[in-house]
Amino acid sequence: EKVSVEVLDRLEHLALVDFRDAEGVERLQKAVQFADQLHEVNTDGIEPMDSVLEDRCLYLREDDVTEGNCTKELLENAREKVEEYFVAPPGNIPLPKLEERDTFLQGS
Amino acid sequence: VSEALKEGRVTPTELCQRCLSLIKSTRFLNAYITVAEETALKQAEASEERYKRGQPLGVLDGIPIAVKDNFNTAGIETTCASNMLRGYVSPYNATVVQKLLDQGAVLLGKTNLDEFAMGSGSTDGVFGPVRNPWSYSRQYKEKSVPESHSEDKEPDWVITGGSSGGSAAAVSSFTCFAALGSDTGGSTRNPAAHCGVVGLKPTYGLISRHGLIPLVNSMDVPGILTRCVDDAAVVLGSLAGHDPKDSTTIQDNFKPFELPNLTDVSKLSIGIPKEYHAPGLSSEILSLWSKAADLFQNAGAKVVEVSLPHTRYSIVCYHVLCTAEVASNMARFDGLEYGHRSDMNESTESMYAATRREGFNDVVRGRILSGNYFLLKQNYEKYFIKAQKVRRLIANDFVKVFRSGIDVLLTPTTLSDAAPYLEFIKEDNRTRSAQDDILTQAANMAGLPAINVPTALSERGLPVGLQFIGRSFQEQQLLTVAKWFEKQVQFPLIQLEEVKIHDRGVFQHQKSASFS
Repeated sequence: EKVSVEVLDRLEHLALVDFRDAEGVERLQKAVQFADQLHEVNTDGIEPMDSVLEDRCLYLREDDVTEGNCTKELLENAREKVEEYFVAPPGNIPLPKLEERDTFLQGS
Repeated sequence: VSEALKEGRVTPTELCQRCLSLIKSTRFLNAYITVAEETALKQAEASEERYKRGQPLGVLDGIPIAVKDNFNTAGIETTCASNMLRGYVSPYNATVVQKLLDQGAVLLGKTNLDEFAMGSGSTDGVFGPVRNPWSYSRQYKEKSVPESHSEDKEPDWVITGGSSGGSAAAVSSFTCFAALGSDTGGSTRNPAAHCGVVGLKPTYGLISRHGLIPLVNSMDVPGILTRCVDDAAVVLGSLAGHDPKDSTTIQDNFKPFELPNLTDVSKLSIGIPKEYHAPGLSSEILSLWSKAADLFQNAGAKVVEVSLPHTRYSIVCYHVLCTAEVASNMARFDGLEYGHRSDMNESTESMYAATRREGFNDVVRGRILSGNYFLLKQNYEKYFIKAQKVRRLIANDFVKVFRSGIDVLLTPTTLSDAAPYLEFIKEDNRTRSAQDDILTQAANMAGLPAINVPTALSERGLPVGLQFIGRSFQEQQLLTVAKWFEKQVQFPLIQLEEVKIHDRGVFQHQKSASFS
């Protein structure tokens, strides 16, 4: 049972990462096949486990400011900035649809 | 060597310089991505001042160490061996790095790894693969069949294992006395076994992950690589404990300990999990494992075969949980605040997509896509939740075994000795990881402490290690047993040929090769 092109396209949108070539797609197909082995295990009545420390209380510290004022250091690693802002290209423009995008999946 | 520093037989700056020059002469190993020569020398000088005043900060003062390049180090480039973080200079130190520096350790540099710690060979980083120092040892060369068709062709070098291969190679080749790695599926113990060094994976929650660039938040731990078990205990002592900056560290008080010299093992109960006799386990390692069990039995310990029935599913389970967490953790790399940024400027989404296409290699992208697949609404229950349930089964297996009176489990660490690079790259990263992680992964799944102890040389002259898995937060017991075992097996010192003779002076003597 292969993963459909619609799902592959959706994954590229969600992950904002491309499959790049047939090998990439094949890699996913194999990964899913591999994961299917999980279904051999009987997990009736078993609760999912999020963390091995589930029996303990998570530490929450006091809501006091202990550090900060490091705007300059934090901005240093950004490539595009203006005053104290990170600069991004225009938002709210979705990734082009499959037919219009430059992706390997086109023509699949 | 700590004694030597205290007594003034060697100074921190001398030690630092020797290590730095050794790093230069072993550059072909490609163990280091960044060598912080200037800052290291400054740290060494500061340490020297303290020793002159008779006020060293502790055992680690002046000791040269290396750190895997997925830990943030202030002022020093942190790349995770990826194009995504090339040129990224952290504004802060990871907690574990800060702790080591506070103890006076001298940070020599950042070591090489698989890109974003994904892999089991240390071959998939953008700075190239790491070579196992044992490839250049007399022990390996004596056993290899000479290539008939060339004299000056590169020797058939073997991999270090991964993903903390650079750290393991650095410790193994004497360029530092301890190194930090990370362990998510075996990434500290695997290269430790292949490079003949001690690799400790502490209990999840014992050591802070603040500043460790995350792979799988629920399984990652900082790992410790050293040349002997006592050293690992010292480093553990300086790193363990609650960190307010990492709320997954437990709040119990941690007391650093010194390891006793165990002589009587008759009260010990060693478990031998039969499922660890995995398909593909080399007969050599099988026999070493068996000999080790006999060793314990003959010394009076109780050696019992036990069962961890869900072992064979740990890799599949890991595959799903890891890719899911990776999909989430890698989402932060969008080029806006740090790291690589593409020139594409049409829209935020297209810039993110282009940045990530340019910055990540195939392995990382593959895992992100798989992870997103398993997290799709239609797949969530079927794969992600299912894997979490299987995780509980795996963790419960261990609980049952330890509850039945077993103190420590003894298993092999790897399926075979280190493979030649050319052999290793014939299969892709996921296949290799699935094969190689099988013996180490379950401990991460259950959050248990585990340690690789170098045991013997294989027929090819390469190191083979055995693994001990302990109870949660019982590092003292685990390390005590490991130390006893280490003493029994007397693993040989590597005989590096390509290293200049005068550099070996300080390191030849077994006692000086460790700092505790």
